[in-house]
Amino acid sequence: MTMLADNISLHLSGFDLLRNVSIEVEAGKVTAIVGPNGAGKSSLLKVITGEMEPSKGTVSFNQQPLSQWSLEQKAQMLAVLPQHTLLNFPFTADEVVALGRIPHQTGSVKDAQIVAEALELVDASYLQKRFYTQMSGGEKQRVQLARVLAQIWQPCELGEQFLVLDEPTSAFDLSHQKLTLDIVRNLADRGVGVVMVIHDLNLASRCADNLVVFNGGVIEAVGSPEEVLTEQLIDKVFGVKSIIASHPVTKRPLVIT
Amino acid sequence: MRRFSAAGLVWALAIVLPVVSLLSMTVGTVSISFGDLFAADSSQTANNQVSTILFDIRLPRILLAICVGAVLASTGAVMQGLFRNPLADPSLIGVSSGASVGASLMIVAAGGFIHSGALLGLSLVAVGAFIGGFVATLLVYRLATSGIGTSVTTMLLAGIAIAAIAGALNSLLTYFSDNDMLRQISLWQMGNLSGASWTKVSIMATVALLLLALFPKDSHALNALLLGESEARHLGVDVQAVKRRLIILTALGVGVCVALAGLVGFVGLIIPHIVRLAIGPDHRWLIPASALAGATLLVFADSLARVVVVPAELPTGILTALLGAPFFVALLLQQRKQV
Repeated sequence: MTMLADNISLHLSGFDLLRNVSIEVEAGKVTAIVGPNGAGKSSLLKVITGEMEPSKGTVSFNQQPLSQWSLEQKAQMLAVLPQHTLLNFPFTADEVVALGRIPHQTGSVKDAQIVAEALELVDASYLQKRFYTQMSGGEKQRVQLARVLAQIWQPCELGEQFLVLDEPTSAFDLSHQKLTLDIVRNLADRGVGVVMVIHDLNLASRCADNLVVFNGGVIEAVGSPEEVLTEQLIDKVFGVKSIIASHPVTKRPLVIT
Repeated sequence: MRRFSAAGLVWALAIVLPVVSLLSMTVGTVSISFGDLFAADSSQTANNQVSTILFDIRLPRILLAICVGAVLASTGAVMQGLFRNPLADPSLIGVSSGASVGASLMIVAAGGFIHSGALLGLSLVAVGAFIGGFVATLLVYRLATSGIGTSVTTMLLAGIAIAAIAGALNSLLTYFSDNDMLRQISLWQMGNLSGASWTKVSIMATVALLLLALFPKDSHALNALLLGESEARHLGVDVQAVKRRLIILTALGVGVCVALAGLVGFVGLIIPHIVRLAIGPDHRWLIPASALAGATLLVFADSLARVVVVPAELPTGILTALLGAPFFVALLLQQRKQV
């Protein structure tokens, strides 16, 4: 069971945003997408979540073309956390998280319990009755994370579940970055396929099973962090001289610049 | 700002509305006591004149006010949700400006024959207003809809453009009007419930019931839409279908309101806003609470309109703004203090 993008190209207003990109996201694995700004990472997320039609190529989801799933079915299997969410209405945190339960018919009692657990998981229980519009950037992002977690809180009988995150840690302090990666790891262990765009190579190295490196709309390298993260690659893609060390505890590659 | 319980507000309004309506039955140029009210209802001996005033004039007028207020406020809540903008109101989709042109055109074109040309007991002005409103909305919607869906931003801009054209046409029509027409046009634009009849009430009530029966189905979708369109799609909402449905229902509802009662401003913009400040933006409660609050405000304003300058009366639209706006300003001040 996978999310599969096969030979995707995307042209938009005369620009080639993606050229012949193929990517496979397996259930139970964490796939991290890295690359410079404007390399096509977010465009790829838009294509694999069905938000944009590719100009060429096909996207399949749980062994069916993505477009053959109805919106409701898709929403039960796939949750997407965007980079920014512009919510200008004074919902409380638990109301925002409860929006993640819209695709499910589990009843208000069960939903309230899931909402409370999701907020607890992202360390945001104290925000429960606070207004979203009055929260800090990191608090908002944690509430949104809780919302997408609530959306895939329980396994779905239609197929494997996937979570797509666009720079989930960008607004977080150190402890919440670690918390997010732990949550992602636990989800993958439960069988959820996770794809995330992330800028911090060391965070990616620490938590990803698969690393996909984008550069200029094409995939530069794919593989485990150990295979992919090399001094040559970082120089080529980012134009930055670096040293690759090994993390003293996890033994994962550590990029030192 | 601290919130009130949503269910509590809905229940409170559900009690206040009948009370205000009952009080409204007793006031007007001829004042009727509660005793007479129930006597007229139950016995044959009651004064014929009182009974006519109550059941042929006041009751239809109050019912019309309830329906118009409910439709304007609930469509306002829906539009603010759909446009993700608390400053949106039903007139943004062009319906009011189009209706205004339709009505003026009828007044000017039909000249002195305005009251003789009746269709279903409605004046030509009402029919003109409804058609004008619907055509303008259709135009705005078509302008904003492309292959990839309806753009809310384009729709706002198109609404402004259509409103500008409608404003110019309106000025042109007023320029060519004589004094009598001018007075009719400006009275119509102030909004007035004085022409209520049972025919109008039955049309308005049908539309109001239709809207209030269909809106709740999209409450969840509207809540999800506040996050953004792509977020709503990822929550399983068919955004384009929801938009189309809600815009058509709003154009229908507001079109009929404007046709039957003229331009009653303010209710559609500020009632949902006030209700949202009180109970939060959850559309499952916001829509019914706004409908009740809009109905209450309009009945109250219309009652005042009947008594402030006895034996004449004021156009209702003047009073809705005069009553509601200071209350709204007070709420804003209170909110500013708490931030």
